[in-house]
Amino acid sequence: MEPFIDAFGFLTDPANWSGNRGILVRFIEHVQLSLPPLLAAMLVAIPAGVLAGHFRRGQAIGTFIANVGRAIPTLALLVFGLILSVRVFDLGISYWPTVFALFFLALHPLFTNTYTAVKNVDRSLLEAARGMGYDERQLLWEVELPVASPVIFTAIRVAAVQVVATAPIGALAAGGGFGRFVIDGFGSRNYGVMYAGIILIALLAVATERTVDGIERLVVPRELRGASGDDVATVAANTGRAV
Amino acid sequence: MADAMIELRGATKLFPGLDHPAVDALDLTIAEGELVTLVGPSGCGKTTTLKMINRIVEPTSGTITVGGHDVMERPAHLVRRDIGYVIQQIGLFPHHTIARNIATVPRLLGWEDDRTAARVDELIGLMGLDPGMKERYPGELSGGQRQRVGVARALAADPPVLLMDEPYGAVDPLVRGRLQDQLLELQRDLHKTIVFVTHDIDEAMRLGDRIAILNLGGVLEQFDTPEELLRAPANEFVEDFLGGERGLKRLALRCVADLPELRRGSVVPADATGADAVAVAEEYGGDWCGVLDGDHLRGWAWVDQFRGAARAGDVDTRRFRVGITRDSTLREALDAMVRSSTGVAAVFDGDRYLGMLQLGDLTAEITTGSAHP
Amino acid sequence: MIAIGSGLVLAQGAPAGQWLIQNTDAIVRRGLEHLQLTAISIALGLVVSIVLSVIALRYRRTYKPITTAAGIVFTIPSIALFPVLRPYFGLTATTAIIGLTLYTLLFLIRNILVGIEGVPAEIVEAAEGQGYARNRLFLEVQLPLALPVILAGVRIATVTTIGLVTITGLIGYGGFGFFIFDGLRSNLYLPKLLVGALAPMVMALVADGLIQLLERALTPWSRRAAA
Repeated sequence: MEPFIDAFGFLTDPANWSGNRGILVRFIEHVQLSLPPLLAAMLVAIPAGVLAGHFRRGQAIGTFIANVGRAIPTLALLVFGLILSVRVFDLGISYWPTVFALFFLALHPLFTNTYTAVKNVDRSLLEAARGMGYDERQLLWEVELPVASPVIFTAIRVAAVQVVATAPIGALAAGGGFGRFVIDGFGSRNYGVMYAGIILIALLAVATERTVDGIERLVVPRELRGASGDDVATVAANTGRAV
Repeated sequence: MADAMIELRGATKLFPGLDHPAVDALDLTIAEGELVTLVGPSGCGKTTTLKMINRIVEPTSGTITVGGHDVMERPAHLVRRDIGYVIQQIGLFPHHTIARNIATVPRLLGWEDDRTAARVDELIGLMGLDPGMKERYPGELSGGQRQRVGVARALAADPPVLLMDEPYGAVDPLVRGRLQDQLLELQRDLHKTIVFVTHDIDEAMRLGDRIAILNLGGVLEQFDTPEELLRAPANEFVEDFLGGERGLKRLALRCVADLPELRRGSVVPADATGADAVAVAEEYGGDWCGVLDGDHLRGWAWVDQFRGAARAGDVDTRRFRVGITRDSTLREALDAMVRSSTGVAAVFDGDRYLGMLQLGDLTAEITTGSAHP
Repeated sequence: MIAIGSGLVLAQGAPAGQWLIQNTDAIVRRGLEHLQLTAISIALGLVVSIVLSVIALRYRRTYKPITTAAGIVFTIPSIALFPVLRPYFGLTATTAIIGLTLYTLLFLIRNILVGIEGVPAEIVEAAEGQGYARNRLFLEVQLPLALPVILAGVRIATVTTIGLVTITGLIGYGGFGFFIFDGLRSNLYLPKLLVGALAPMVMALVADGLIQLLERALTPWSRRAAA
């Protein structure tokens, strides 16, 4: 119980919020670490998934990517991020390794779930639309994407939470964000700080999930929503990666 | 009168959350060796009733006895090992071979392997299945084959009672007819007590020694032989359920062989004179006559063609296109009459001519034929 | 990524090769550690999951709580879980195994439940009608038919666990992951990092393949085509 009390003390002490090692700074760092790779991965994986799902091609490749994606440990991603950042691009160790790692991390669930979402759009719906005279492009934009969007948003939700919750790993390689509290606290046996970091990460993860959910509510018409109904844990499980 | 094999007294089933019982105090007695069909509209509780007998559905109240023993005396799974059970979707175990599927109940009962294996072979032969099928899996068989394996499985431990829940419901009419024939044949050899649920009144009539017609809530409206049902429906519900054309349906229940006698018909031997032919035709009040070669019916011709012919056999005859056998139902006989230009049904045994049926013979049969054991 | 890794390995060439040869003992030791941690966690996870699944299936009221609890555990970031367990169980293998086992629960429980519930109702009814009692029905009918789904769960759990073992490097274990932490400390010494990162991946892919073969061997009936 004691560490929790310490953590609580840490979090409520205003001194800990300001300053360039403070909670606010770490928060901004965490967002800086998480958002760019997430957006970049979305830009790459979602269109790829949509196209693959639309043409229903690459079932074998999709399964292969899913299997390989699951097999890569998160820590290995960090290693590759480090290698890319330091040896290939010479970009230093505190920021870019984590960003690379998170980018690759987010690719897999975004691609796999988007692909599945589009592929699973009811075929009879598509047949009816074709029968009414939709061409392939209209079919994609006006039928498949809207119908698949709830599941795609779930994929985004899951990817976002995973990215936010995995970003702390960067702290192992001198990265910033809330992970700093966890790793430093653990290293210096200051469990209060460590728990504080964990709590902050958890809060941020929940906040991220709610934010994406809010965006979904704005973008997706009410009638289509609610089809996914899977909670974050279940869809995270579908992508087979622990955070 | 045979002993009661299955007895339901006040059998009731009330499902939680529903106001009305699915089955409300049903009394039904089924004799040994009888095939009883349970029919009725959706929701009449026929399936529930069937499932109470082997406690797939546990009765809420009332008594059910099988072979004199209350089914509640022993644990449910033991009771079921003495009762054969066939359901519509069959439910063969996909991960067991055909042989192992059939051997299910013997294995549960602890039979020795030899005895089980012999029994499996016996049943495969009985159901007309290919012995090479034993080591295959259900997924490799056609629907009809799976059906037969399902029945084989139910009969494996030689239970005295067989419960069948719409077993032919998912099958197309052609196959269904054949499966029904096979069941009747099996029953002739095995004399099991069978309770058969169906929603198809024609199937029920065809198979059942007696038919129980149930109304919503498991209310028994009538429990009688097919002939009795058709002759004297108990109320409007039963009438409606039996459907129209009850007269024709009754005809379907009798065969030509059941008739007391078969008329010779308007035929003459080939070496009779043309005048003989004309005379015979007049006797029957028709305008045609047939020509016989010994036992073989060569054909028929109009009366006018015989006038002036020296020998009946010299006339050009038309073949009888429509013929029936002694096993044909009277309804099929009527159909033959309607189709034939001659307005009669010629009865054959292979190539041998046996006699003729006219419409009058059939109507006489219906009006007098009610006093049967 | 693999290409970059192997490319760099080749580029490193001699120094890397030298390091590998000099430290084969350590690599093998850590490899065995990796294997042991994985195997024990999966085995333990299976036992716990089967027990919890049977409870969830028999006592409907525990169904939701059990699945939700397993789900919640899963979303705890691994770098947080192991440090949190440490004060209670120390820097021992127990800590690692407890954490790893907890992570397997979601997949295993979920797939056992989905698998058992996925057995068609008519097959269960037919089995009951033939006279199967409950326990034998579970063992002889439901479990074998649920096997494909359950093995899929075991596959995912195994692959995930192999990845998570690396994180136990935080508490002194890590299997191959040890080399990652070591490499991070030794100024990003590449051979260590690469072994630490690639070896678990290879291990995971091999395990995945083996379990798929196992599944095929155990379910001969699903492959024969319908007539």
